[in-house]
Amino acid sequence: MARVTFKIWRGDKQAGEFKEYNTEVSEGMVVLDAVHQIQAESANDLACRWNCKAGKCGSCSAEINGMPRLMCMTRLNDMNLDEPVSIEPMRAFPVMKDLVTDVSWNYRVKKKIKPFKPRLPDNDDGSWNMQQQDVERVQEFRKCIECFLCQDVCHVLRDHHKHDEFIGPRYFVYNAALEMHPLDEEDRLADLKKSQGIGYCNITKCCTKVCPENITITDNAIIPLKERVVDEFYDPLTKLFRIFKPRK
Amino acid sequence: MAEYETIEFDVLIIGAGGAGLRAAIEASSTGISVGLVCKSLLGKAHTVMAEGGMAAALANVDERDSWKTHFADTMRGGYYINNWRMAQLHAQQAPDRVRELEAWGAVFDRTREGKIMQRNFGGHAHPRLAHVGDRTGLEMIRTLQDHGIHQGIDVHMECTVTSLLMDGDRVAGAFAYARELGKFKLFKAKAIVMATGGIGRAYKITSNSWEYTGDGQSLAYHAGADLIDMEFVQFHPTGMVWPPSVRGILVTEGVRGEGGVLKNSSGERFMFGDIPDNYKSSTADNPEEGWRYVTKTDRNARRPPELLTRDHVARCILKEVKAGRGSPHGGAFLDISWIKEKIPNAEAHIKKKLPSMYHQFKELAGIDITTEPMEVGPTTHYVMGGIRVDGETQMSTVPGLFAAGECAAGLHGANRLGGNSLSDLIVFGKLAGEHAARFAQENGKPAISDADVNSALLEALAPLDSSRATNAGGAYQIQYDLQEMMQSNVGIIRQEDEMLEAVQGIEALKQRAANVAAPGNRQYNPGWHTALDLKSLLLAAEAVARSAIVRKESRGAHTRDDYKNKEEKFDSVNTIVRMGKDGQMQVTLESIPKIPAELKQIIDDHK
Ligand code: SF4
Ligand code: SF4
Ligand code: FES
Repeated sequence: MARVTFKIWRGDKQAGEFKEYNTEVSEGMVVLDAVHQIQAESANDLACRWNCKAGKCGSCSAEINGMPRLMCMTRLNDMNLDEPVSIEPMRAFPVMKDLVTDVSWNYRVKKKIKPFKPRLPDNDDGSWNMQQQDVERVQEFRKCIECFLCQDVCHVLRDHHKHDEFIGPRYFVYNAALEMHPLDEEDRLADLKKSQGIGYCNITKCCTKVCPENITITDNAIIPLKERVVDEFYDPLTKLFRIFKPRK
Repeated sequence: MAEYETIEFDVLIIGAGGAGLRAAIEASSTGISVGLVCKSLLGKAHTVMAEGGMAAALANVDERDSWKTHFADTMRGGYYINNWRMAQLHAQQAPDRVRELEAWGAVFDRTREGKIMQRNFGGHAHPRLAHVGDRTGLEMIRTLQDHGIHQGIDVHMECTVTSLLMDGDRVAGAFAYARELGKFKLFKAKAIVMATGGIGRAYKITSNSWEYTGDGQSLAYHAGADLIDMEFVQFHPTGMVWPPSVRGILVTEGVRGEGGVLKNSSGERFMFGDIPDNYKSSTADNPEEGWRYVTKTDRNARRPPELLTRDHVARCILKEVKAGRGSPHGGAFLDISWIKEKIPNAEAHIKKKLPSMYHQFKELAGIDITTEPMEVGPTTHYVMGGIRVDGETQMSTVPGLFAAGECAAGLHGANRLGGNSLSDLIVFGKLAGEHAARFAQENGKPAISDADVNSALLEALAPLDSSRATNAGGAYQIQYDLQEMMQSNVGIIRQEDEMLEAVQGIEALKQRAANVAAPGNRQYNPGWHTALDLKSLLLAAEAVARSAIVRKESRGAHTRDDYKNKEEKFDSVNTIVRMGKDGQMQVTLESIPKIPAELKQIIDDHK
C-alpha cells in the first residue's frame, strides 16, 4: 500500500525520546501490526505488550496520536497517514521500557477491595436462581478487560497523582460489579467514600469515552455508587429505613 | 557471574490461565506456600480468548443430559483414543466446577427459570455450554483471578521459565527470568504444576498469541517426561481470513450454535453434502430441522451439520475452497444475519448473543455481521496432545511434575469438542493442584546443584552474547520460517514426504537457533525473549511432525493424504514422544489400557 512513518517513544525510567521508523503498511493493518513489523525489521528490542490481537485481553494499551487506545483495535485506514503516527506509553503510569508501563499499582488497588461475598445458596446443589434482567447491569461491568485506559485518562490520576487516595474508574466499575451483584452481601460504601476517594470524581466522563468495551463507566457505575454513598452517609431517613430493610 | 534470586515454595505453578489459576487456588487452600508464574500480566492469558462456553452436563436446558452423555460425546469426538478415566472424571466433575465459579462471583447468562443458561455446540448431544455471551473465557479468568488474589498466592508476572531443575529423577525447581529488568529467579519447589497452554505459534495462521510456544511440553520433555498424541493439532474451522493482518483470529463456534450457517460462493449450505456415517443418525438432513434444533423449539430435532466436530467442518471448508467454490479471500461464508428471516428482532438478538463477534468484525474488518456474512477459514487453535499424565492425579511420568489444561494430554483424544477446554481447565486444574499439594506434603525438599543452575543461567544469557553474529531479525526470522514450514508441510492435510522434509527443516532451524543473537540489553527485550522461546517452539514442532509421520492413518484432527482412512491397528494406541538416551527424540506407539466394561457400556448405549 504505502510506506508510513511512525514516531515511537523509546526509553526507560531514566530518559527517552521519540524515534522515527518507516515501514510498509497494507490493507486492514492495525497499529499493533506496524509495531510488530518494526520490531522484526529494525528494532528487535522494542518493548510492547500484547496477547490477543482482538481487543479481548487489554494488554496493548498506548497513546496513539495522543489518544489512549488499544493498539490492536486501531486501524491505520482510519488515520491520516501523511503525517507520522505517534505511539507512546500510557502517561498515568511509570514507564518500564518503550511502550510498556508499570501497571502494578492497579493490581495492588484491586487486592484492597473487599471480595465477593454471596448469600447462602438457594438450592441444594449449591446453586442460585437469578433472573437475566437482574444480572445484566453487572454483566456490563464484567466486560472490563483491564486495559487501564480509563485510569490513564482520568485527570485525578494523570494530572493530580492521587494514586494513594483514589482508586480510579476501573475500580469503581469493579466495585459496582460487586455492589450490584444480586448475590453479594458485603458493604463497600464506607471504603468507597473514605479510602477509595469516590468524591474526587467530578464526572468529566473522559473515562467512559476511552473505554474500548463501551462500558458506561460514569452513568452506570460511578453515579449510582455516588448516590449510594450519599444515601448511606448523609441521609438520616434512608439510614433509619435501612435498619429495617436490607439494601439488596 | 550473573546473579539470581532464590525463592522457595511448596508448590510452584507455571502458567496463569484457567488451569494454572485453578491449580493455585486449590493448592493454596491446603495452607501450603504456592508460587504462580505468569508469562504475561495476571489475567491476560489465552483463556480470555475463549468465547463459546464451558461444557458441563448441568441439564438446565435439557433435562435428558447427564455426565454419561457428556462422557460418550467426548469419547466419540476424540475417536476413542482419549484417556477414558479423564473423560469420565471430566464429565462427572464439570458441573460442580461450574457452580463453584458462580459461588466465586461469575455471572453466567440465565435461563427463564433463573438457572445457568446452556448453549448448543459442535458434537454435544444437548445444549451444554454454560456461557456469558461470547466472552466466557474472560469471565472464567477474571473470576479465578479475583478469587485467587485473596488466597496468599505469590504471583510473579511477566516471568518466563527457561529450564526445569532436577534432583535425580524428581523435579526440584525452575529457572526463570523476569522481563522487566531481565533478572533471573530460581524457584525451588517440592512439586510443580505445568499449565502453560499450547503450541499454536508453531503455525503461521493461528488464533494463539505470542505466548503459546510449547513451553510446558518442552520443559517437561527435557526433564524426561513423556509427551503423547502430539500429531493431533486442532484447526478451528472458523478463523477470520480478511484482512490479512487479522487472519487466524477466532470466530466462535457460538455463531453456529446460535444458528449461523456455512455457505459456499454459490450460496449452497455445503455441510449438508458431507455428513460422516457415525453422525448421520444425530444430524439434521434439512435446514428446517436444523433451525428447530438451534432454537430449541423441537426436542426431537437433530443438530444442523454446521455443528459437526471441528476436524470435519474444517476439512469441508478446505474442500470447498479447493474446488473453487470458496469466498473471495479463500474461505467460506459464515452467515448469522439470515436469521432475520426467522425472528423479528434478529439484529438485537445477534448483538446480545455474540457481542464481541459483532465488535470484532465491525472494528477489524468493517463488516456488520447482523447484515452481511463473514468470511472464515481454518486456523490453528489447540493441541490435543501434550504432557502424558496419570488420569487420577495429573502427575506426569516425572515424579513431582504435574500438568493440567492444554499442555496436558488425554482428555480430548484425536479431536477436542468445543466447550470441553474451559471445563478441562477447571476440572483438571483443581485435581493437579490438589495432588501437587499432597505430593509436596508427603515428600521432603529436593536438592538442586549449583552446576545445574549455572548452566541454566548461561543458556538463558547466550543470545545476548555480543560475539554472536547480529543480523537484525534473527530470532523473528527463524520463527517465521518455522511457521511457514509447519503451515505448509505439517498442516491440515499431511503427507509423508512433506513431513520428512519438515523434520529436516527443523534440524536446520535448530542449528540457526543455536547461534541466534538478540541485540539490545536485558531490560524488557522481546528479541531476547523470542530467541529463548525458539527452543520450546522447535521442540514442539518436531514432536508434532515426528508423531504425525508415525500415525499412518487419518483420524480426528490428523488428516493424511497418503493414508486417507482410519486404520484398525491405530484404534487403541497413543503415540509417545520421549527423549532417548542419546538425546534424540524417539517416537513409539503404546496401547491404551482396556476400557472398563461399564464405561464401554455407556459408549454403546449412546451410539
Ligand atoms: S468521570 Fe470521574 S473517574 Fe471518569 S475520568 Fe472523569 S474524574 Fe475520572
Ligand atoms: S473499564 Fe473500560 S477502559 Fe477501564 S479498564 Fe475496563 S475496559 Fe479498560
Ligand atoms: S492485544 Fe489484547 S487487547 Fe490488544
